[in-house]
Amino acid sequence: MATYLHQARRAGLSRLDTKGSPYLYILPFFLLFGAFGLFPLLYTAYVSFNDWDLLDSGSHRWVGLANYREMLQDAYFWNALGNTLSIWVLSTVPQLLAALWIAHLLNHRLRARTALRMGVLLPNVTSIVAVTIVFTQLFGRDFGMVNWALGFVGIGPIDWQANTWSSHLAISFIVAWRWTGYNALIYLASMQAIPHHLYEAADLDGASQGQQFRRITVPMLRPTIIFTTVISTIGGLQIMAEPLLFASSQTPTGGSDRQFQTVALFMYEQGFREFRFGYASAVAWTLCLVIAIFAIINFLLTRRIAKDED
Amino acid sequence: MTTLADPIQTGTTPSPPQRRSHRRRSFGYPRRGSVWSYGALLAVVAGSVFPLYWSVVVSSQTSDAVTKVPPALVPGGHLFDNIARVFDTTDFGRALLNSFIVSGSITVSVVFFSTLAGFAFAKLRFRGRKALLVVAIATSMVPHQLGIIPLYILMADLGWTGHLSAVIVPGLVTAFGVFFMTQYLGRAVPDELLEAGRVDGSSTFGLYWHIVLPAARPAAAVLGLFTFMQAWNDFFWPLVVLQNNATVQVALSALASGYTTDYTLTLTGTLLATLPILVVFMLLGRQLVDGIMQGAVKG
Repeated sequence: MATYLHQARRAGLSRLDTKGSPYLYILPFFLLFGAFGLFPLLYTAYVSFNDWDLLDSGSHRWVGLANYREMLQDAYFWNALGNTLSIWVLSTVPQLLAALWIAHLLNHRLRARTALRMGVLLPNVTSIVAVTIVFTQLFGRDFGMVNWALGFVGIGPIDWQANTWSSHLAISFIVAWRWTGYNALIYLASMQAIPHHLYEAADLDGASQGQQFRRITVPMLRPTIIFTTVISTIGGLQIMAEPLLFASSQTPTGGSDRQFQTVALFMYEQGFREFRFGYASAVAWTLCLVIAIFAIINFLLTRRIAKDED
Repeated sequence: MTTLADPIQTGTTPSPPQRRSHRRRSFGYPRRGSVWSYGALLAVVAGSVFPLYWSVVVSSQTSDAVTKVPPALVPGGHLFDNIARVFDTTDFGRALLNSFIVSGSITVSVVFFSTLAGFAFAKLRFRGRKALLVVAIATSMVPHQLGIIPLYILMADLGWTGHLSAVIVPGLVTAFGVFFMTQYLGRAVPDELLEAGRVDGSSTFGLYWHIVLPAARPAAAVLGLFTFMQAWNDFFWPLVVLQNNATVQVALSALASGYTTDYTLTLTGTLLATLPILVVFMLLGRQLVDGIMQGAVKG
């Protein structure tokens, strides 16, 4: 009898183990995501409807849509949005074109293949802080190597931080430098998936290599190109560390005239310099919606292109 | 959403060695690299390496070298003087220690919990498995960076501002890690082995500990090194929440701030902060490249 009970208990425990333990094993992930990922994002929406001062913690007042109304009339917000879009275009377009070209170069039979690929990827593993600091020195007005090199082609020293266009160019260059190699590897992977018989046929028809690149490679890469464009857009909309560190004072205004302040940096300024948590949350949530819209466009575009190819 | 664009988020599963496809046949596609393509690629690689090389040059020269025209182009002999100066100027040793603590704890924890969850998703049968896996992967789309204000309020309520736990705890397990391990364990652990373990009376956790964890070792190493690099390079959240208890990236940004920046000092700091990443990159750069390319094909 005792043995029977013992066995029954063991069987019960074992059933509990097989039924219950899977949930136990995935629980840490969902708990942590809930607490530190999902909750803050939803709570941002709540904070954004309040007048919420960081310094006076605990005191907040429901103000409804007032923060959003203020934001839409805030010239600094629109300035930041314009800067964000400008830096995004200036960094993404050359970056993806260069990546396409580098991928094409890598898509040959090469010696030291792995070393070349790693060399191309190196910028992507160095930290944003390190990269931005080094480039800020290189873009220095008086002793930077960029101005020194430009001097040879007769371009006078540029104060890169001072102007809107020059600061956008410099920041875009830094962003593009860090991401070009990564995108090149993604294009390379897709290029390797293109069936070789297409090129063989083109060879027989006497098409040049340039024609083959334009007529075969690029069209076959279209889904990947759209994918990388949208991913770069999503990343580009959140740029904040590069413009913060590009100003040597590291004040989050993005230059003396806010000439290179991005939306994310504006959010940081309002939250952690002006201590206006409610207003900063409204900015964050707006940016979040913009990103969501881009994500949906991404989904629709890629699906449509996949359909076209069927 | 930067997370999405990150190499580490793209789905990098080390696969068992595959037979090379019949790429090298009579027609010879892809074409052999010409001198011109080697030259262009070497120029690109030189451009990739240059900023790093430049920080080696500057950090091994005396302070006046950075203002020299034409610029110095070869390293000098003052590297150790400058390193000593960095440690004298700021508490860089503390920052390095903090970064090792943060990145080390996050790495160990991510590997452990991701393998555990990956085991459940790949090898155990339970209701809602597929739906929960989809939810877990979808969470990587959430732009965490935009939640920093409530996250800060939360940390202030917990009394964690200024403490390393504010950076460590939110990073203890990642959606990418779970996805990565699910993919790997699905292929690497045969079901028969687990069945045999069950027949021998092993508990589920016993299966994890004695069979799954040893089998996961190659993928765990790659995931661990990726996670370490990511945690080491993290800047924005530590800047916001750690205040004076800086990690190395925050200390580096502090070194670079000010009306006139001492670039010899700053670039020496940059070199010190990048060195651990370079070591990791040398160890696993190949797997990282493979991972990005596989993720792209799948993605």
